[in-house]
Amino acid sequence: MSPTRIILRPLAAALLAIAALGPVSAQADTTLLNVSYDVSRELYKDVNPAFIAKWQKAGGDKLGINQSHGGSSKQVQSVVAGLEADVVTMNQAPDIEALVKNGLVSPAWRKAFPHDAAPYTTTTIFLVRKGNPKGIKDWSDLTRAGLQVIVPNPKTSGNGRYTYLAAWGYALQKSGNEAGARDFVTKLFANVPVLDGGGRGATTTFTQRDIGDVLITFENEATLIDQEVGGDKFDVVYPSLSIEAAAPVAVVNKVVDKRGTRKAAEAYLNFLFAPEGQEIIARHHFRPRDPAILKKYASRFPAVKTFTVEEKLGGWDAVQKTHFADGGVYDQIVVKR
Amino acid sequence: MASSSTSFRVLPGFGLSLGYTLGYLSLIVLIPLAAVFFKAGSLGFEHFWDAATSPRVLASYRLSFGASLIAAAINAVFGLMLAWVLVRYSFPGKRLVDALVDLPFALPTAVAGIALTALYAKNGWVGSVLEPLGIKVAFTPLGVLVALVFIGLPFVVRTVQPILEDLDTEYEEAAVSLGASRWQAFRYVVFPTLFPALLTGFALAFARAVGEYGSVIFIAGNIPMVSEITPLMIITKLEQYDYAGATAVAVVMLIFSFILLLIINGLQAWTAKRTGRAR
Repeated sequence: MSPTRIILRPLAAALLAIAALGPVSAQADTTLLNVSYDVSRELYKDVNPAFIAKWQKAGGDKLGINQSHGGSSKQVQSVVAGLEADVVTMNQAPDIEALVKNGLVSPAWRKAFPHDAAPYTTTTIFLVRKGNPKGIKDWSDLTRAGLQVIVPNPKTSGNGRYTYLAAWGYALQKSGNEAGARDFVTKLFANVPVLDGGGRGATTTFTQRDIGDVLITFENEATLIDQEVGGDKFDVVYPSLSIEAAAPVAVVNKVVDKRGTRKAAEAYLNFLFAPEGQEIIARHHFRPRDPAILKKYASRFPAVKTFTVEEKLGGWDAVQKTHFADGGVYDQIVVKR
Repeated sequence: MASSSTSFRVLPGFGLSLGYTLGYLSLIVLIPLAAVFFKAGSLGFEHFWDAATSPRVLASYRLSFGASLIAAAINAVFGLMLAWVLVRYSFPGKRLVDALVDLPFALPTAVAGIALTALYAKNGWVGSVLEPLGIKVAFTPLGVLVALVFIGLPFVVRTVQPILEDLDTEYEEAAVSLGASRWQAFRYVVFPTLFPALLTGFALAFARAVGEYGSVIFIAGNIPMVSEITPLMIITKLEQYDYAGATAVAVVMLIFSFILLLIINGLQAWTAKRTGRAR
């Protein structure tokens, strides 16, 4: 084995680890670490400088904010294992609940900020090939024989989980019973040729590898692809009913108390709910909570009928237990297909 | 190694070095493995059995171990040929080719996976040629095999190469001058010498392939019961905070791998003895 190889591999790993933590601002008196999910990278790249400017103008100490991004469950595991996150910004409530279970976040985290501590929402929609050659209008079109549907793996990705639940909710509404919903979702997943690990992976499969007739993903991801990557190659389709995916945020009590960063951490998360933060959020294709800002960007966010996991499916705990736990409905469906 | 009596050793410090070896092995290998077994033990037998033998997990064992064995076998054949060419012939650009062999070692596995997927997808360079022939590689078990062959290649080449370098052509020449055919010279002179090293390379390539995650995950398609590898099942359980279930699958995988590696090592010792060379 050549000595260079022995040195290069750990070195590369170390560099990657440093790169993942992002830029550290020089000589900041206070630093915050925001541990977040995968596709919020671009959003916080814009939010952080705006908040720092505001914070320092208001007389705060010199502040630096570091970012860490990755698959949301993996990120939560790192925080549980001791990664010192001052705040966590995730895309589904169970990730925050996992931190509550470990005593890192207050059980009343939903009450700590407005709108159940979720500064923005998005919803699950369809992206089809230009001109919609297969005529896909709604969920019911997706179970047609021979159609290929691209969905990220519900077992490993929040995005995939929302897709599964959106389809379930739609079928439940239409058929009026669980058996009908189960039948519909079984047929839908029989049309899935590839289950990527996360939302971005599914995007790559659909847009770069040219696989599938329709990609089911978050609105922010679909509009990003449609407008910025291949505007002339894809069309966005809004189904008649979809799920509201709220992105919850929380302060990690144990860490901020130890590091003395509570004031900055709370101000940072509050900024996300302030008009300025909401505006940045809207620009990144996430649906802002502030009605005035939502109105301003109305052309970006067509009205769509949505339901939440709490309203229609009995909350995340129940959903996790019946659908996604080992041997749950999802497992039964995919084993039988 | 030592054909001399065990009571006499040229180098002193047997006790110290054995102690060091055992201590080091415990720290680096045994303690983490013991932790895995311990965690899995917290499940209780029934749950352990359920977690480790659900239909999806069983299908993933078949794919992971099957594809890894086939990939290691392919690498044994073509790796041997590659090593042969690199040692026995000189040609322009030989050093470059030699360096290329290590590339699968050095490349981050995710990069390898993405590159292979881009290549073998139906709109990729290779995939677009194979697709009309009805051969699908990306997002099928065949894609898993391709990725495993890719990451396993250096193991065989790098284990066989030094033995081949030490093997003087004199022996083959002697055999041929004594009337052996070229095939006989290879079959009875060269091959037996190389075989133990080849087996080691096979074992290493196999072990690496069983545990491989990064490169496979992009090209596999990850369809339950069809193209899910065992490491993905472990990751899936971890994502659901089911640590004990994940370790249950890991324990089964470890035991399987250990038994297979033991068999390969036994085979190696047996052939070495049979060909009359003490190990």
